[in-house]
Amino acid sequence: MSKEFIILLIIACVKIFIVFSVIQLMIISMIWFERKIMAHMQVRLGPMRVGPHGLLQPIADGIKLLFKEDIIPSKANKLLFVLSPIMTIIPALITFAVIPFGDKVKLFGYNIDLIITDINVGFLYIFAVSSLGIYGIVMAGWSSNNKYSLLGGIRSSAQMISYELTMGLSLIGVVMLTGSLSLVDIVKAQGNLWNIILQPIGFFIYTASAIAEVNRCPFDLPEAESELVAGYHTEYSSMKFAMFFMAEYANMITVSALAVTFFLGGWQGPFLPPVVWFMIKLACCLFFFIWIRSTFPRLRYDQLMYFGWKFLLPLSLFNILVTGFIMVIKE
Amino acid sequence: MIIPLIKGLLLTIKRFLNPYTCVTVQYPDERPKIATRFRGLPELQIGKDGMDQCIACGLCAKVCPSNCIYVEGTTDKKTQRRYPKIYELDAFRCIFCGFCQEACPVRAIILRDTFELATYENRGIFDKEMLLDLTRKRNIQYTRKLEPKKAKD
Repeated sequence: MSKEFIILLIIACVKIFIVFSVIQLMIISMIWFERKIMAHMQVRLGPMRVGPHGLLQPIADGIKLLFKEDIIPSKANKLLFVLSPIMTIIPALITFAVIPFGDKVKLFGYNIDLIITDINVGFLYIFAVSSLGIYGIVMAGWSSNNKYSLLGGIRSSAQMISYELTMGLSLIGVVMLTGSLSLVDIVKAQGNLWNIILQPIGFFIYTASAIAEVNRCPFDLPEAESELVAGYHTEYSSMKFAMFFMAEYANMITVSALAVTFFLGGWQGPFLPPVVWFMIKLACCLFFFIWIRSTFPRLRYDQLMYFGWKFLLPLSLFNILVTGFIMVIKE
Repeated sequence: MIIPLIKGLLLTIKRFLNPYTCVTVQYPDERPKIATRFRGLPELQIGKDGMDQCIACGLCAKVCPSNCIYVEGTTDKKTQRRYPKIYELDAFRCIFCGFCQEACPVRAIILRDTFELATYENRGIFDKEMLLDLTRKRNIQYTRKLEPKKAKD
């Protein structure tokens, strides 16, 4: 029994290590892809000097950030100031624990699920964990002792709280159709028909609120550089800043993975192996993020709140109502 | 409300799919395209006889709005032709307006495409030889084109 336990532990550790390193690699490559894609959309070239077509730019940036002076403002709350980047990046990374990125694989005689852990309330887990990320941002804004940081932190907490609501409600329809909160079941239920066809309104609401949730353009008010210098990470430098930066990208990858899992059929797809399908869908979602960012201008703050509370929230409630209605009729 | 958003998305994706729309010039590697009537640093031209085209009339110095040109002329003993003994142009003060080129009766000073004026010394004055060198470096015989302007009626 203990031998099996050790093997399970090893398998889990290896899976965690692989997922973690793949996410890190994706973050690094995302920085390059984002700059390049956005540049080409805006009729520019983007980074070109470091390596062929600027390929080594993220590495150069990383090394630069690593060697920069780590400044803590003298009147900042030191404990929270150090804690908040960590609190921002950890929830972004651990959300991946419940996202299935492939079917069962038989390796060395063991059945391995390509998911770190399949918990039956994966849906709740994701929302519980991703809400924690807000604390990191609010704490960063408050502890910096800077009015721009504080305003950025307050804005982002208000924005994330209001959009998390619609984000959760938009996924309720999917959960109703599947009848399970486990992400594995949700993926398996989409074998024939992806949820995006059954839940188009839900997908639209999810997309809008996911963009707002990860503070990306056009909802990037917390870090509106034209108004707030940089928002909650104004006072951060060196690797602490890099952590916020990485957290933003990790969050982006997480919500994209969730979109793939809930609406785009997860790892299901013909011909290619499941993991490849998952990655292709993920890449498409991430491209969409960059596409949106390079096209739309930022919303005004009141527009953002109106959009969230007066449009998306009623729409998501309506979506739930309609979904339930149709389900009852079908029975 | 949705249609303009989609239009915007289509525009950006079109630009993305066609990389030839990029307007960026990789400057130190490739030279920017400079319009023929670009006004760079004024350059003194070389005349048919191999001397300066300039006849040191001082009109350029007169017309210069920022007073950056200083001319001192003498007469050549053999040919009885006037030429500038000293011709100095303060590139710090020059505003590249091109009035000197317009005023010059013999087209001796022309603003061409020299725009890289950064130096390692804190010195912006170009003397006659430097201004002539700019033309010499081009290694093109401008003399044929440099016939004196015909007076307009």
